[in-house]
Amino acid sequence: MKTIEFEIDEKKVRAREGMTILEAAKQSGVNIPTLCYHENLDHLGCCRICSVYIEKGKRGSIVTACSYPVEEGLKVTTRSQKIDRLRKTIIELAIVGSGPNIKADLYRLSKEYNADLNRFSSIGEETKYNCILCGLCTIKCIEATGGAIGFVGRGVDKKIVSFPETSQTCITCNYCNNVCPTGRISLKGADPPFPTVNDFLSGRS
Amino acid sequence: MMSREITGPNMLEELRKEIQEESVSQKVTISVCSSTGCVALGSQSLLKMLKEQLSNQGLEEIVEIKETGCLGFCEKGPRLTVYPGGISYFQVSPEDIDEIVTRSLEHGQPLERLLLRDPETGKTAERLEDIPFYKYQRRLLLSDNERVDPKKIEDYISIGGYSALSRVLFHMKPEQVIQEVKKSGLRGRGGSGFPTGRKWEATRDAPGDPKYVIVNCDEGDPGSFMDRSLMEGNPHKVLEGMMIGAYAIGASKGYIYIREEYPIAFANVKTAIAQAKEYGLIGSNVMGSGFSFDVKVHSGAGAFVSGESSALVEAIEGRVGEPRPKYIHISERGIDGKPTCLNNVKTWANVPIIILNSAEWYKSVGTESSSGTNIFSLVGNVNNTGLVEVPMGITLRDMVYKIGGGVRGGKRFKAVQIGGPSGGFIPEQFLDLKVDFDSLSEAGSMMGSGGMVVMNEDACMVDAAKYFVDFLLEESCGKCIPCREGLKVLSATLGRICEGMGKHSDLEIIRDVTEAMETTSLCSLGKTAINPVLTSMNYFKDEWEAHIEEKVCPAKHCRALIEYSIDEKSCKACLQCTMNCSTAAISGEKRKPQRIDQSKCIKCGTCYDLCPSNAVVKISRGAAKQIGLVD
Repeated sequence: MKTIEFEIDEKKVRAREGMTILEAAKQSGVNIPTLCYHENLDHLGCCRICSVYIEKGKRGSIVTACSYPVEEGLKVTTRSQKIDRLRKTIIELAIVGSGPNIKADLYRLSKEYNADLNRFSSIGEETKYNCILCGLCTIKCIEATGGAIGFVGRGVDKKIVSFPETSQTCITCNYCNNVCPTGRISLKGADPPFPTVNDFLSGRS
Repeated sequence: MMSREITGPNMLEELRKEIQEESVSQKVTISVCSSTGCVALGSQSLLKMLKEQLSNQGLEEIVEIKETGCLGFCEKGPRLTVYPGGISYFQVSPEDIDEIVTRSLEHGQPLERLLLRDPETGKTAERLEDIPFYKYQRRLLLSDNERVDPKKIEDYISIGGYSALSRVLFHMKPEQVIQEVKKSGLRGRGGSGFPTGRKWEATRDAPGDPKYVIVNCDEGDPGSFMDRSLMEGNPHKVLEGMMIGAYAIGASKGYIYIREEYPIAFANVKTAIAQAKEYGLIGSNVMGSGFSFDVKVHSGAGAFVSGESSALVEAIEGRVGEPRPKYIHISERGIDGKPTCLNNVKTWANVPIIILNSAEWYKSVGTESSSGTNIFSLVGNVNNTGLVEVPMGITLRDMVYKIGGGVRGGKRFKAVQIGGPSGGFIPEQFLDLKVDFDSLSEAGSMMGSGGMVVMNEDACMVDAAKYFVDFLLEESCGKCIPCREGLKVLSATLGRICEGMGKHSDLEIIRDVTEAMETTSLCSLGKTAINPVLTSMNYFKDEWEAHIEEKVCPAKHCRALIEYSIDEKSCKACLQCTMNCSTAAISGEKRKPQRIDQSKCIKCGTCYDLCPSNAVVKISRGAAKQIGLVD
């Protein structure tokens, strides 16, 4: 496999062709924050917190490190005033849907990036699920049980629900607990619990 | 007619001649528009009446009825055209049919009252080109709609259909086709304006087999119906273009993605494919050329975001239509991970025109960087609304004033919103802007799919921005945080400003959120959703400041910032308002000026719309307080 040479934060790094910026960064000890990323899963690319600035020749743009493949001569900047501001805004936006009662990775990042957890507190639905809809738990669940939980709805109505037909198959494997970046899911299960798909469809969620 | 499989280019020409000779024997042809607009206005009952009349009078052999596509002037439908002569009648009702049939058979004078009128001179026009709405158009794509019954492939063949495909298959190498399209300067009509030839080349060069081509007919912008009219009225042209592209790219399979809301387009394309298969124009060994191609029609499921290329591919593969988080274009890895070329309906339909008329000729239409024509749906507060096809580079002023006939009701022009919810508002000072890909993006808007909504002085630009944000909020797939939550925040913030609760810090919120959405959203839906907000903010600063600082809506549109009142001097006491007020907020004695009880008024505006003497007025809330109208 070809080796690619490029720069992360003005440091020369090497990576295998086909790697993403995030994988290459991890390998060279550079930390890029992630929420919806899991090394064993296909990248979902939905939290956007791993956004970094790249320069290719004269052209620069902002991309997500988890999905952008490394290229020869690429210059990657993982922290800057603008990147930090974008990450702060993304965290504050994530709180609109999840509510400020977050734990785990999202909480740690909110401190690191000085996010104002109450900036948009008046906005969003009444029920806060402590969830940013990254979907990691659903993918892990499909792997373990065939899918006791999954997504329903679109856009602002999107939610993670449990399916009555398959929820008995939950084998408390704790896969979902291990991957949850907001701390909604603990050893005791999800708090608040997942509504069932029937509740969602009848509008009771 | 017995179907025969065409096994060579000469057979196609023979068939064409045969169909043309056959149609000469018919004395009179009456074509009735059967596109969505005219169907909604009653063209089906015209057809029924027409068939009855002809059968009663035994004229079925002499008069042929054709159900054709859209001519664009939908607000004047239903439309009916009589040949020979090609005289088009508009706003026809079933009662007119008898007279139309008689006059047509006698070749008498056209029916004056059903002809279009030039609004300026008041003269009737026999030819469409005689009225301004059509005079300034250049209809390369739409002009065939009036001549073709989309359910009869023979109609399309008789006007030269599939001759471009025949030429390509038997006289051009795939590379030559790509060169020709590149030379023509054709750019993607779906909105981004990517050079079509380059896209084809990238798909051709990408390793992988089979390769796919896709027609994107997931048109969902508010007020847009260009792709629908083309798909409903002339599906074979799109098919032909798609097959030329497939040959050039080396694709053997195609998909036509049509949004669920377009049943007529769906049915017509299905029929078109079945008929083309019968003639051996689709399938294995097309026309005996050795080129094989199969195509499937895929119905959408009501999601706007599925128009995004990777989301559309996901949908075709049977998953939820959500964009992929990948930086690899579908030209490399699309359907089933194979190279896939996706183009808009209009892009494909342009291809046969380029092949038949040459790239040089095509390039002579339009501007240097944007060649050809584009179809816009001109809607909103203009006198003439409908589909218009114009050469690229026409000015907005010509679109609005020459073709559109100016702003409705003599009001002042305020802005034109171009490119759907991802486009921006363009203010009066840019009216001389050329309508092409680059000029529009420089002004902060975009060509988009070609929606064009004209707004007059009564529109509030803050509220208009909120309208488009709310549309996208409804349509966001919800996958990525910046788009899903950002739209929520934008909508709420704009809502606050419209209600007079806006603060200066709201502008900072909008700046931060739009920045995050533009740079970090997963797909273009989120990235471009900021355009209506930012153009409104930049070009209509005064209006934003008035809402935030003075709590005034200058257009007197935002309900929370106005009160309705009745001007005593102008009120003629007709009681129209009193009788129609849904909350009984208006009262008064007979023959005396009426009054509005502000505590009961819900500001629905019915009285304002109904008052024949313009005595109902809107007053800014601040002014209403000053004169003691409200506390």
